[in-house]
Amino acid sequence: MRRRIGIDVGGTNTDAVLLEEDAVAAAVKTPTTADVTTGITRALAQLVERAPGAREAHAVMIGTTHFTNAVVQRRQLGRVAAVRIGLPSGASLPPFVDWPEDLARLVRAEVIMLEGGHEFDGRPLVPFDAQGMRAAARRIRDAGIRSVAVAAVFSPLNASGEEEAASILREECPGVAVTLSHHLGRIGLLERENAALLNACLVELARTTTRAFIQALRGSGIAAPLYLTQNDGTVMLAEVAEAYPVYSFASGPTNSMRGAAFLSKRDEALVIDVGGTTTDIGSLRHGFPREANNVVEIGGVRTLFRMPDLLSLGLGGGTMIQAAPALAIGPASVGYRLTEQGLVFGGDVLTVTDVAVAAGLIDLGDRTRVAALPAALVNESLARIRAMIEEGVDRMKTDAGEIPLIAVGGGSFLVPPRLAGVSEVLNVPHQSVANAVGAAIAQVSGEVDQIFQDLPRDEAIARARRAAEDKAVSAGADRATISVVEVEDLPLAYLPGNSLRTRVRVVGEIAR
Amino acid sequence: MRDVTAEEIESLAIGAWILGTGGGGSPYLALLNMRQLYKKGVVCRLMDASELADDDLVAVCSNMGAPLVGQERLTDPQTMALAITMMEEYLGRKFRALMSLEIGGGNSIQPFMGAALLDLPVIDGDCMGRAFPEAQMTSFAIHDLRMYPLTLADVRDNAVVVARAASWKWMERLSRKACVEVGSIASTCKAPRTGKEIKECAILGSTTKAIGIGRAVQAARRAHRDPIDAVLEVAHGIRIFGGKIHDIARRTTEGFLRGTATIEGLDEDRGHTFTLAFQNEFAVGWRDGEPTVMTPDLICVLDTVSGDAIGTETLRYGQRVTVIALPAPPILLTPKGIEHVGPRAFGYDLDFRSVFA
Repeated sequence: MRRRIGIDVGGTNTDAVLLEEDAVAAAVKTPTTADVTTGITRALAQLVERAPGAREAHAVMIGTTHFTNAVVQRRQLGRVAAVRIGLPSGASLPPFVDWPEDLARLVRAEVIMLEGGHEFDGRPLVPFDAQGMRAAARRIRDAGIRSVAVAAVFSPLNASGEEEAASILREECPGVAVTLSHHLGRIGLLERENAALLNACLVELARTTTRAFIQALRGSGIAAPLYLTQNDGTVMLAEVAEAYPVYSFASGPTNSMRGAAFLSKRDEALVIDVGGTTTDIGSLRHGFPREANNVVEIGGVRTLFRMPDLLSLGLGGGTMIQAAPALAIGPASVGYRLTEQGLVFGGDVLTVTDVAVAAGLIDLGDRTRVAALPAALVNESLARIRAMIEEGVDRMKTDAGEIPLIAVGGGSFLVPPRLAGVSEVLNVPHQSVANAVGAAIAQVSGEVDQIFQDLPRDEAIARARRAAEDKAVSAGADRATISVVEVEDLPLAYLPGNSLRTRVRVVGEIAR
Repeated sequence: MRDVTAEEIESLAIGAWILGTGGGGSPYLALLNMRQLYKKGVVCRLMDASELADDDLVAVCSNMGAPLVGQERLTDPQTMALAITMMEEYLGRKFRALMSLEIGGGNSIQPFMGAALLDLPVIDGDCMGRAFPEAQMTSFAIHDLRMYPLTLADVRDNAVVVARAASWKWMERLSRKACVEVGSIASTCKAPRTGKEIKECAILGSTTKAIGIGRAVQAARRAHRDPIDAVLEVAHGIRIFGGKIHDIARRTTEGFLRGTATIEGLDEDRGHTFTLAFQNEFAVGWRDGEPTVMTPDLICVLDTVSGDAIGTETLRYGQRVTVIALPAPPILLTPKGIEHVGPRAFGYDLDFRSVFA
């Protein structure tokens, strides 16, 4: 039997599920701990207790917002040397140019700009300044900088400059972590360089976190390989993923939407994920989240990551309610301290959960502690919550017609059974751990984005597809199960000959 | 003459992207350059054409090349300045001011980048009033002004002077060839114009107009009002169609990005279909198969929620968009103007009919 464990580490709860074939065999929800791994160990212990088969799992997938939070909250970030290869072009826009100043100050240890890079057709722009790179590498070593991001002009087409820089860095700075931009992305130098810089400042945190995850796994008696989920609903082997923490950005919402599709067996619907602090509303298309059109900013930094198009509301189970002088709901939340600070749990903070318990929407904690809440306060709060949800649903709809809404997340009891503009509210078994289910069902992907010249369109796509398949296999996919999920080709205006930018993305099942 | 604030440059970037009618390239990189320059204390000046003497000389600036190459090679005020000073050397005369070739897209900001380094004012105007794909699609060409000389510079200190050209088409061919050779991105200084030519033949006030459109969008967003309404109000536009992108077909022919986008109607346009044809910029729009809006009327596709312009290269399936039309500058609506930039100039056998008629 195929057994998979999915774990989601959220800001409030750590959830774990065991899937046997395609059925949820066990699910647990535990509070997230400040050190993250204690929460995972507890969740796994409970899971094994309920379903001893969990020990025989073939794969464990963890989704975590840990790295996104590190950037957003500006903590545990490493200092980075930025190496840009492409002078004389781009001289006026150095690395970190469009970063929020507070983040740049934390991360920017050194900025080095060197001659090199390529043209769109693969010709060198100017020869690579290898001597300059060696001198810079020595400066990096002497300054004690442990992580370097390298970005060269047109490196997705010709990576030789970045590769050469990496080998010089490895010679001169033994043990230094090197992030090469062409591993992370696409055409668009500044956005690709930003991704490399963010990655470089998270690499140390990713290494220690991933290793702690593996320890927690082994300590729980589970020998299966560990995968980390990425923002596109697919996974990477932890050994590979620890070098690419940026790929995990926004994986949480993606997992919960994929999990919602899986649990409800609906491919076209809206999904509302009510957590402890926020509510995310997204749109499912063919079982995958609809992606945002716009450039995505992470902690104020512009990137080209593919992210689900989400509307986030400051509403969750831990959201604080202010009763006087005027009723106000959120956006502040007690977060994972809900079980200490909420009224029903013996605390003294009025939260959305307390109101839900008072109204009988859910039975949690000690109901008698909210029996004295005025009915008007409870009713008015619930009416406000309904209005917030209805407005959010309306904003995310692409259609005036009524469509189904799948409610997931630990706070899904807050979603009223009938809503304006919604044909039905779907409550599914295990809805409170949909994100962990989404992690458990993730596949492995590979993507290629490249310009081909003077090739017939079919041949260009076939080449891109082969390269994408190779990438997926090296990330842990079973070659026999790989299928193409996305093909995009864009003829390039103003370029000579027959230039075609081709992007192919494939996914496959995890190789056993 | 007046100083241009950093906030106005931000507004210009938003407004110019809308006036780009899908082309002209995103102003983002040029805007980043301006932010850097303003941080260093630069303040650009905007000059009304009426302040020019008839025999003053004005440089007409633009970046040339593929927007995609620009995303890697970025853009630099040094090369813009180089193309301009080369032209001065070639002519043996100094420029009084700089002007943008096209107010649509990134080229709206290019003269400001040159102006920042050369300490020259920028003329409030351009010669398209929007963006167009070809060299002869300008008010100067409609007025039969001379199309040469032209200077072209790249970032490696390569530079070319096209001293003469037999026609606008030849100028396009010669300069395009040089541009491709240096990597499909270069700064160019087009045929210099006298103060008299600017006053009589340029599309004046378009810089101020673009700044005004951008400012209206920003104000609407801050006030949580509909930014598209704000654009329509400030630019006297008409809402044409609202829906979501249903299909996009693109192909490159003769160095242009051509194609069509199909939009399925939402809300009041539910049940209707809108088709847009583009050649770098949006050229013609059909509602349920009937041609309803066409160049030179400006056809702009905006994100329905944010009001941000969407380029022909960044159109994607599922985007929620609103198509609007803005009035074209009068010179483009003359019989000669229609000959240069009307639907037939883009290969559509249609008699021009303005939505504003």
